[in-house]
Amino acid sequence: MSRLGNLLRSHDETKPWSGAYAPYDLIKELFVAVGAVALLAVILAILFSSPDQRPSTIAQWSRSLPVDFVATAAKELAGTSSTAGYGPPYNHNGEGQHAAFIYLQKWLGVSHPINTANDFVVDPLKTVPNDPALRAALAEYQAAPESTRNAWSTAYAKPLEEYEAASEEGKTPPSVVSQNASTGAVTVDAKGTGPVPRMIASLLSLAQSGGLDGSLVASNQFFQTDYTKPLLFMSDGGLLAKRAEVDHLLGEQWGMMNETGSYPGQTWLWLYTLWYQVEPFKSSENADILVMMVMGLLSLGLICIPFIPGVRSLPRRIPIYRLIWREHYSRQAGAGR
Amino acid sequence: MSHGSVVGAVFNLDHPAHVVEWHFIQLSVANLVVIGLMFVVFAAAILLPFPGAAGRRGEDS
Amino acid sequence: MSVAPNRPASWTGRVRETVVEALPPEKLLPDGQPTYVASWIYVFGVASIASLIVIVGSGTILSLKGPAWWHDTGVGHFFNSIHLWAVELFFFAMVVHLWGKYWMAAWRGGRVRVWITGAVTFLVAIPTALTGYVSQQNFDAQWIATQAKDGLNSVGVGAFFNVTNFGQMYSFHVLLLPMAVIGLVSAHVLLVRRHGVVPPFDLETRLAQLGAAEPGSSGASNDAPGERP
Repeated sequence: MSRLGNLLRSHDETKPWSGAYAPYDLIKELFVAVGAVALLAVILAILFSSPDQRPSTIAQWSRSLPVDFVATAAKELAGTSSTAGYGPPYNHNGEGQHAAFIYLQKWLGVSHPINTANDFVVDPLKTVPNDPALRAALAEYQAAPESTRNAWSTAYAKPLEEYEAASEEGKTPPSVVSQNASTGAVTVDAKGTGPVPRMIASLLSLAQSGGLDGSLVASNQFFQTDYTKPLLFMSDGGLLAKRAEVDHLLGEQWGMMNETGSYPGQTWLWLYTLWYQVEPFKSSENADILVMMVMGLLSLGLICIPFIPGVRSLPRRIPIYRLIWREHYSRQAGAGR
Repeated sequence: MSHGSVVGAVFNLDHPAHVVEWHFIQLSVANLVVIGLMFVVFAAAILLPFPGAAGRRGEDS
Repeated sequence: MSVAPNRPASWTGRVRETVVEALPPEKLLPDGQPTYVASWIYVFGVASIASLIVIVGSGTILSLKGPAWWHDTGVGHFFNSIHLWAVELFFFAMVVHLWGKYWMAAWRGGRVRVWITGAVTFLVAIPTALTGYVSQQNFDAQWIATQAKDGLNSVGVGAFFNVTNFGQMYSFHVLLLPMAVIGLVSAHVLLVRRHGVVPPFDLETRLAQLGAAEPGSSGASNDAPGERP
């Protein structure tokens, strides 16, 4: 037998049981267990119910945080949003995460193509009827070479990014960005923006009317169950994270384990979320793949415990089993006398 | 912040959780209760006597 | 000299014989257990199964009226609550069961596959729960989907398992993953019936092992009694 075989195969002295049996009604036990668990679940449901916070919509987002919406839309058009530069499975604008030479995200390819400028801005705007000014702006935008389009979008997005950065740091935001409290309109006073201000203003109106929610979901066909586009668009903005922070759902708040409200969450994810709180994962750009690989390895370890020297012999060394089987051992000792 | 209705709950848990912080660990009270109960129930399961000992006694081969 | 009985020629006959040989009725449904099965820790296996039954039952009611029902009616919300709490109870029971089985080293005596099917069930239950969370069609679902996508995309799984695609996630949650969990639990239970509940550690062997340990002796020989660390 090889040494590896010796190592993996623990010398197991367990013999088949040749001792006594006592009556044990398994089916009755199952019925009692189902009854008990069902009763417990019903009692917990009556006492605590379950959470159901209503989902955010793009309409709500654009009405409650119009500057954030406009800033996000500008980034989608400029190709500088998180989704725009994500890489696979949405686009080729980034390589995605990697661990050393392992680029799984890149290798599995773009399976759900998203062009943020077209999908989130231009195509929804094309559905807006009876707006000659918008139609002219769209025509001007689409006729321009890509470098010009990029220059317009960047010129428009830059002051909005500065506005958001200042707001986050608690400083006075630049006055080039202003918001009309009564109409909800946002104005960006910047040069060299071409038709982009007209387009984004129309997009904001479309969003505030509720039309953008439907437009993003039903873009390909009438029946649709894929919410990827509206969800990615919203997650590029700040509304979802703002709500999440209140309920301790952010990553740095160990949010993976938590539920909205004061309900128990997913306690079984404790180790998964723990890695994100410690270095080197905490500050790594590749935190997700690194954590997934560590947890993949540990999960394999859990499955293979019977083969792992040291781990498999711990139960023998720390005799919790003496408590579990104390009745059996005392009966054995009594019979031995 | 739009919340759904919590129907018929005796105790309303539909408010942001209280969180226990210890060094870098942050756990919600609810999760801490669940984890604590797991340990308590495990200890109770191995310590509490299991009924039917008389039936199992004196039947060793 | 005895003559071996003829093996059936048909597939059906061979399957029947294999199954009956592995699990004769008195092994499949025994009405007794070894006398060492005498601890409350043993109920957490059946408690896990019971929780799974309540999950599937409440989930069946929820699926009868479609995924939007529980938002609109009190009754629907109540069954959603039962479903959620049954999931908490399921993971609770499974973890306590796993702890108990680890400290009993329940993989001994040829029971490695019992351990493996159990561990895999626990690991498959996690994405089963995840697909449920992202199928809720509420804020929690929006948040979890937009967060979980990063982990899954990072390892390429997002290319074919899209947590922001409600239709796909609902299908996985209602059909595919419950089938996987139920299949794994069934295999796990049938293996336990086949091999029996793991016997206690042999105390005499343990004493011999402690007595046989000598200073300076190292490593393992095939003759060493008891378990090799």
